[in-house]
Amino acid sequence: MKILAIDTSSMVASAAVMDEEKLVAEYIINHKKTHSEQLMPIIEEVLESCGLNIREIDAIAVASGPGSFTGLRIGAATAKGLAHACDIKIIGVPTLDGLAFNLPYCQGIICPIMDARRNQVYTALYKWDRGNFYKLKPHCAIALSELLEDLKKREERIVFLGDGVPVHRDTIKKVLGDRAGFAPLNADRQRASSIAELALEALKRGEGQSGDVFVPFYLRKSQAEREYDKKHKPEDTE
Amino acid sequence: MGYIQRAAEKLERLKSGQNINILAIETSCDETSCAVVRNGREALSNVISTQIEVHKKYGGVVPEIASRKHIELIDYVVDESIKEAKVQLKSIDAIAVTMGPGLVGALLVGVSHAKAMAFALEVPLVGVHHIEGHICANYVQHKCMEPPFVCLVASGGHSHLVHVMDYGGYRILGKTRDDAAGEAFDKVARALGLGYPGGPLVEKEAQKGDPEAVDFPRTYLEPGSLDFSFSGLKTAVLNYLNVCRQRGEQVNTADVAASFQNAVVEVLVNKTMTAATKCGAEVVALAGGVASNDRLRKEFESRCADEGFLLKYPSKLLCTDNAAMIGTAGYYRLRRGLLSPMTLNAAASMEIDSY
Ligand SMILES: [Zn+2]
Repeated sequence: MKILAIDTSSMVASAAVMDEEKLVAEYIINHKKTHSEQLMPIIEEVLESCGLNIREIDAIAVASGPGSFTGLRIGAATAKGLAHACDIKIIGVPTLDGLAFNLPYCQGIICPIMDARRNQVYTALYKWDRGNFYKLKPHCAIALSELLEDLKKREERIVFLGDGVPVHRDTIKKVLGDRAGFAPLNADRQRASSIAELALEALKRGEGQSGDVFVPFYLRKSQAEREYDKKHKPEDTE
Repeated sequence: MGYIQRAAEKLERLKSGQNINILAIETSCDETSCAVVRNGREALSNVISTQIEVHKKYGGVVPEIASRKHIELIDYVVDESIKEAKVQLKSIDAIAVTMGPGLVGALLVGVSHAKAMAFALEVPLVGVHHIEGHICANYVQHKCMEPPFVCLVASGGHSHLVHVMDYGGYRILGKTRDDAAGEAFDKVARALGLGYPGGPLVEKEAQKGDPEAVDFPRTYLEPGSLDFSFSGLKTAVLNYLNVCRQRGEQVNTADVAASFQNAVVEVLVNKTMTAATKCGAEVVALAGGVASNDRLRKEFESRCADEGFLLKYPSKLLCTDNAAMIGTAGYYRLRRGLLSPMTLNAAASMEIDSY
């Protein structure tokens, strides 16, 4: 079972090939250049460097969201195109699951935060317990202050990672003090290998879907929809 | 050997080959469209999934919603076009995709999908200019039509007068300096409370009105200019409506629609006839969504007959945004050896005569 994984949910563009035995190849780049120009050449490079033809890939894994709307769609449209042409399945892996999985067997709580603009972060909480990876709090887009209120009530140490860290590091330290830790640079951003490994586990559980039904998980409505809803059903808060 | 070398090899074979099937994808605005075009002229399928209903309640196309819709629909539309064409994916020889101009987020869905498919199928990929596509809709409609000709491309996004000298040989004679013709229709439709999309609604309303009822301005700009300007006309309509409202007068919507349409058509026709004469063209062609306006077609019919030009225009379906026109444009680009690499990007704006 060979899987090609891609993640374009943030500034990072990444692609990896993994099978049940090993991570065969991975490419990560976090440098200003558009994903649209970068992604296919990266995929080509990753496959070529391990002598694989796309036809030898058994499934495509993709970071499904949340994240940059455009970034998610470039990843999704690419994954769908590859899956369509090769007639293979897509496994969508939530972006924050992938990020948190960068820190295996971490003690305490893992808290990925992605800058979601509008003074919010995309976040969720995770924990490792006796070798199992759990989600403590589901994906949400909330204000950092709200997240920190929640974390203050918990007792464990918390490790933060993601592109929200440089934006909010000082505030986090001020509120949580020594309880807050930050992931090292080699693990604090999206990596396609994490998406690949979670996708392999999902495949073993029989998950995965036909590419034509796959859509990104935006977590947020478009601005036009939010404004429309506000105007037409003001009793609805979200 | 990498993708691009393999694609280049296939392109060589394709140039001399027969029965070339091109899969084409168009997602530049609010239609998700996919087609299979044989030998550049025959649309074996041309599937268009329109999002008009989705955008209606917002009074116009919302880019983020359009992009989300494209990604939901793209695979189904591709599949449908393959099925309808009675071909198989493995008999696709090349892929053409609209790369711009248009809504970037929307374009990116088509471009990313097309690149991935071309890579996996190991076939040549070609990015196509949306307006070149509109012009080429004429080749799908008229199997023997060839350049040169002068073409008016008028739609919600563009108003261009183009001298088509050869396949891929374009000279822009004039274009709009502000609103596109179709955009003016949309804005006036909104002001008249007719809804969205404006083109067909204004046209329908105009059928009941008197085109001479209100004397709206015709903007010809400086002498000799083949550019367009429709924002003054749009403002004149809005002012007229305001004045009526202030005086408490009842507005005759049909008369306003008919007079507005008359003003747009007159300018489009006059400028196109001038352009055709200037270029010494024998054929005048129309393209784009506004080219499905019957009043415009009728006026062109009579003027071209009077002045000795041969008039060509595509069917109404081929006037809207559709992928068959992109497949045709892509075919002629490939024939000229033009390939797109895996770095192909979408562009919100780009020039038809230099890409
Ligand atoms: Zn168009």
